[in-house]
Amino acid sequence: MLAVKNLHVEIDGKEILSGLDLDIKAGQVHAIMGPNGSGKSTLAQTLAGRDGYTVTEGSVRYLQHDLLAMTPEQRSREGLFLAFQYPVEIPGVSIALFLRTALNAIRKQQGLPALDAMDFLALVRARMQQLDMDESFLSRAVNDGFSGGEKKRNEILQMLILEPRLIILDEPDSGLDIDALRFVADSINKMRSPQRAIVLVTHYQRLLNYIVPDAVHVLSQGRIVKSGSAALARELEKHGYGLIEAEAAAGQVA
Amino acid sequence: MSAQLESWRNMDLEHVPHRLSGYDAPWVLAVRQSAFQRFSLHGFPARREEEWKYTDVTSIGRRTSLAPDTIPPEPSSDAKLLAWTLAVEGMHLMVFVNGHYDAILSAAGNLPPGVRLESLAKLLDNGSHLPERFFEQRHEHTVFSSLNNAFTTGGAVLIIPANVVLKAPVYLLFIASGHGAAIYPRNIIIAGENSQATIIEHYTGTLDVHNFTDTITQLDLAAGANIEHCKLLEEGPAAAHIGGIHAEQAAASHFTSHSFALGCHLGRNDITVKLQGRGGCCTLNGLYVLNERQHMDHHTRIDHLSAACVSREYYRGVLDGAAHGVFNGKVVVHASAYGTDAHQENHNLLLSRNAEIDTKPQLEIFADDVKCTHGATVGQLDEDQLFYLRSRGVDADLARSLVIYGFADDIIGRVKVASLRPHIENRLLDRLPQGELVKELL
Repeated sequence: MLAVKNLHVEIDGKEILSGLDLDIKAGQVHAIMGPNGSGKSTLAQTLAGRDGYTVTEGSVRYLQHDLLAMTPEQRSREGLFLAFQYPVEIPGVSIALFLRTALNAIRKQQGLPALDAMDFLALVRARMQQLDMDESFLSRAVNDGFSGGEKKRNEILQMLILEPRLIILDEPDSGLDIDALRFVADSINKMRSPQRAIVLVTHYQRLLNYIVPDAVHVLSQGRIVKSGSAALARELEKHGYGLIEAEAAAGQVA
Repeated sequence: MSAQLESWRNMDLEHVPHRLSGYDAPWVLAVRQSAFQRFSLHGFPARREEEWKYTDVTSIGRRTSLAPDTIPPEPSSDAKLLAWTLAVEGMHLMVFVNGHYDAILSAAGNLPPGVRLESLAKLLDNGSHLPERFFEQRHEHTVFSSLNNAFTTGGAVLIIPANVVLKAPVYLLFIASGHGAAIYPRNIIIAGENSQATIIEHYTGTLDVHNFTDTITQLDLAAGANIEHCKLLEEGPAAAHIGGIHAEQAAASHFTSHSFALGCHLGRNDITVKLQGRGGCCTLNGLYVLNERQHMDHHTRIDHLSAACVSREYYRGVLDGAAHGVFNGKVVVHASAYGTDAHQENHNLLLSRNAEIDTKPQLEIFADDVKCTHGATVGQLDEDQLFYLRSRGVDADLARSLVIYGFADDIIGRVKVASLRPHIENRLLDRLPQGELVKELL
């Protein structure tokens, strides 16, 4: 579903990703781990099409598309979804307006008619019930004055409604207490399906206690330095990133 | 004598008051003549005058005659004119065409006992002394007030007795039609103790003609009165509009003013409030949405003259093209006004490199124990917000429109008359790319 080859990315002339390779198939969950500054968020933002992240080399295939040639909105309409580490506040735009605009844009791409107010409300209500969210949420402005937990919940709600094919979650567990973490993890697990791929970007292993990935990759200095099974995450928890980074550095020299 | 004054002289303006309503009432003619004298001595303000530094009004006299139509246009029941109205059932509607009251288009409806809603022109013609105090020289805030005193052809007079609550809004619709008309509306609102009312003033003109409107609204709030006033400026793209809204508030009264400036070529609103009694409260809200070469200037002034009064001011602007906005918010806390609580905000979105905003808070504080805060911002659209929306499949243009809509809706949402909000939202969205799509979703 997603094939990243030799990806080099610069921000303000500084190289952050330096030859990253990644291959993810439908039905899989991959975790991308790494210390602060290793390029995890840059990878997530680049895949979503953020301006200012300049690809200097490499390619990204997504389904049958050249992902890097697409605008952020085209990527979204083709089923790519980034759950933001820091969801953005949009004062004055209600969640209802936001969700309906987004959903209709994606439906249009799929050749489906726009949902009218009634059908939309029925759909959103059902999803909100799943997430145990109060309906008053719909009339609040997007992320405006939300607590950290509410923001994450809002990302999950969007994910449920837009039903993406490739989900990239950037630090979905940051700032959450244990109950909220479990809730987010449950919601992600429910999204697992043979047609869908999920990329978890996370600094800590604790999320992986609840979501067992098919593969774990360790990112260091803009490259994937080690890949393995779920067991790799536990190893990291024990030894920290230092050992793997040291190994990688030694490997490079050799 | 300047060329400007010379050209007005050629218009033979000093005889105009003799042909306007109230010409045979001695006080009316005297007031008009002395006001005209003051105007002709001073002329239009030049940009070297601090209060008019950013707004050049000298073009006004060149494009239109300053003399108002002395004869009202034929009363018209033209369906097209009515279609411009916002009136919903129950509203008390008064329509003015080129500044003249139109009895056929108006529908005052059922007013509570004791409430008077009348045509000012009629009162002047009858020589009534009721409006006299509002024409005193001390109420002239600018030279345009003098001009209005001299040339007004009327407007609405609303008198609400003590303790009366007017449930439905009073809707005053001013239609500019006809080329080169000079229009001088004048409204007077007298709110008795603990009375309540909502007044909508709507200025509209769809023709691409050079109208000049010089309008004044005066509000007198007795103790405990609660008045919401909403001015909607939607004149045609070549119109010049100079407006004054002047409120005087007694103790514990509440005054809320909304100023929506969406249409006209050159516009200026002077909004002044005098908090004269203990515990008075005023809120001034405003939104200007400008593009092309539109120019809109809001000058507000709040005088805290008494103790323990609260003032709030929320103004926002969206400027595109080569538009120019001006916001000048003056708050004067007089020595007697201890315990004042004043807050002012002005936020601006510049959508183009050629758009310009001059924003200036002005606090003058002569009392102790006061709380006065203000904040002004000027910025562009937030890239993070646009990216967030686009990452959810929303087209780049639509994302911009949504963010602008959200920014402006902070002000629109403050209007209490529910039926008015969608109208203003729609006018805003009419101007935004893919605004039609947002309308469908609201």
